[in-house]
Amino acid sequence: MERPLTRNIKPNADPLWLTEYEKAGGYESVRKALRTMAPPDIQKLVTDSTLRGRGGAGFPTGKKWSFVPMGPDAPRPKYLVVNADEMEPGTFKDRLLLEGDPHQMIESMIVSAYAIQADVGYIFLRMEYGIAAARLRKAIGEARAKGYLGRNLLGSDFSFDIYLHTSAGRYICGEETALLNALEGKRAIPRAKPPFPQVVGLWGKPTIVQNVETLCNVPHIITHGVEWYRHLSRGKDGGTKIYGVSGNVKRPGAWELPMGTSIREILEEHADGMRDGFAFRGLLPGGASTAMLVEEHLDLPMDFESIPQGGSRMGTGTMILLDDQTCPVGFTQNLEHFFAQESCGWCTPCWEGLSWTERILQSLEDGQGRMEDIDVLAMHTKLLGPGRTFCALAPGAMDPLQSLLKYCRADFERHIHERRCPWGNGRDGADGARIWPVSSSMIVPTR
Amino acid sequence: MIENSGLSTYNYLMMLSDIEKAEIEEELSHYPDKQAACVEALKVVQRHRGWVSDESLKSVAALLGMTCDELDGVATFYNLIFRKPVGRHVILLCDSISCWTCGCDAMRKSLQARLGISMGETTLDGRFTLLPIVCLGACDRAPTMMVDDDLHGNLTTEKVDRVLEQYP
Repeated sequence: MERPLTRNIKPNADPLWLTEYEKAGGYESVRKALRTMAPPDIQKLVTDSTLRGRGGAGFPTGKKWSFVPMGPDAPRPKYLVVNADEMEPGTFKDRLLLEGDPHQMIESMIVSAYAIQADVGYIFLRMEYGIAAARLRKAIGEARAKGYLGRNLLGSDFSFDIYLHTSAGRYICGEETALLNALEGKRAIPRAKPPFPQVVGLWGKPTIVQNVETLCNVPHIITHGVEWYRHLSRGKDGGTKIYGVSGNVKRPGAWELPMGTSIREILEEHADGMRDGFAFRGLLPGGASTAMLVEEHLDLPMDFESIPQGGSRMGTGTMILLDDQTCPVGFTQNLEHFFAQESCGWCTPCWEGLSWTERILQSLEDGQGRMEDIDVLAMHTKLLGPGRTFCALAPGAMDPLQSLLKYCRADFERHIHERRCPWGNGRDGADGARIWPVSSSMIVPTR
Repeated sequence: MIENSGLSTYNYLMMLSDIEKAEIEEELSHYPDKQAACVEALKVVQRHRGWVSDESLKSVAALLGMTCDELDGVATFYNLIFRKPVGRHVILLCDSISCWTCGCDAMRKSLQARLGISMGETTLDGRFTLLPIVCLGACDRAPTMMVDDDLHGNLTTEKVDRVLEQYP
């Protein structure tokens, strides 16, 4: 089984630095692209490969690139931004790629930038990924010294350089237009679309924002071709996918597997099933903002086309398990706490609605809920759904809520009837102050 | 609103050390616009001083040509820019979903008991500040926490004790 994205990554080992990386075939795609291909050729290749965005939305990458103005009259400079602000709870796949093979990230950016004729690239990295930051800095330095970055790459007339931007922690920065505001040094609030960033992006110039894993596919498509790439997959969308599993399974982890591998295979063969003493109840297939799936969905292939048949989305492809020892109401409360805290505060339905959702869930967990609360929560899944808020954060928060209300309704009702959390959480169990504000705002001055 | 203490822009710039100014200048060279470097600049100050005081914030604002309120609007937006003093070491305990299902509540109780503080507080000796953080992207090692720049995973209450000893 081929695993192009992680082929150089060995657990607990240093990544390949420039000389070894080149020996392993690294930067081959840059030579091939700059010497034998025109930018539209690469764009066509990526479109034909059926590569779709791995950041959660699954938008076809070639199509995204096709909106970028090309030719001598296109506004300059153009930007390529890597979204490495991996903060979706349950998601740890981009960390693997950034720490494990930093030169692959640089190579991916160079060939992608060439395809859209970008002049400058930024890696927007979350602050907590310090190891990734150090390794990327070193890789950028090595690449620059070798002439892979800078003016006239490999003697061509294409110039491109990369800068690392480390952020300071806020989930909304993963939203592409909020990310652009963050990069400009403004509060990271999403922008209205249209205009789309491909046309009016960073400092008003054409900009492509792309997830780490998505971009890492591009060199391999260039080197090995479309046929090879599509055959890596078991489904309609080409390539491999880094799937992850976390929660109470025997072997939590992340694995690069053919796109379209079934949930069951990932759970049972790679994560080795549930830990002893824990039974499966459900899973969020691709991060905190995806709707829960249950037993009947386990044979669905993990791809963009199939997971919606179960009423969810593949999202980031990193699953979060709900087991029988975990309270589903507490589980939901934890998710909604995250979204309430990370709401940027720009639009009222989101910051007001999510705060109330969290508080209602907390009162249910504390054994103080009423039956009407379930109706209020269900109503919120509509009121904060798609089209009601400025960006996708609140609708993303509602997907797990509506699915947990659907599959675990009896557990919500038990909290009301028994006036306590049957799992022992809530006011008397997990002691007080469960609603924690953003870390920076809760620092108590020292005496 | 940050009080204006009457110092001129020039005086505020004098408050930054040469190293801080050099590090901020380096960041400025990456962007076509000064404001873009503001988060990095705040982090430079925080790295050297532990937190961002009003005076530091005014200095950075003066250097980047921003108003103080504009810069504070950015600073307070982020989880990891500290606008109040913190201890020598900052513990960031992940409270997101995978860590929660794997027992981060027990780690929190253990940390609070061991340090004698609640979330958000600093130990009396100024050694540790304890804060929650969102998903650290290491869910395969849940429960997790960071102390300063280091990630610690697969935590147990015993392991938490051993980890703390590494930070005098």
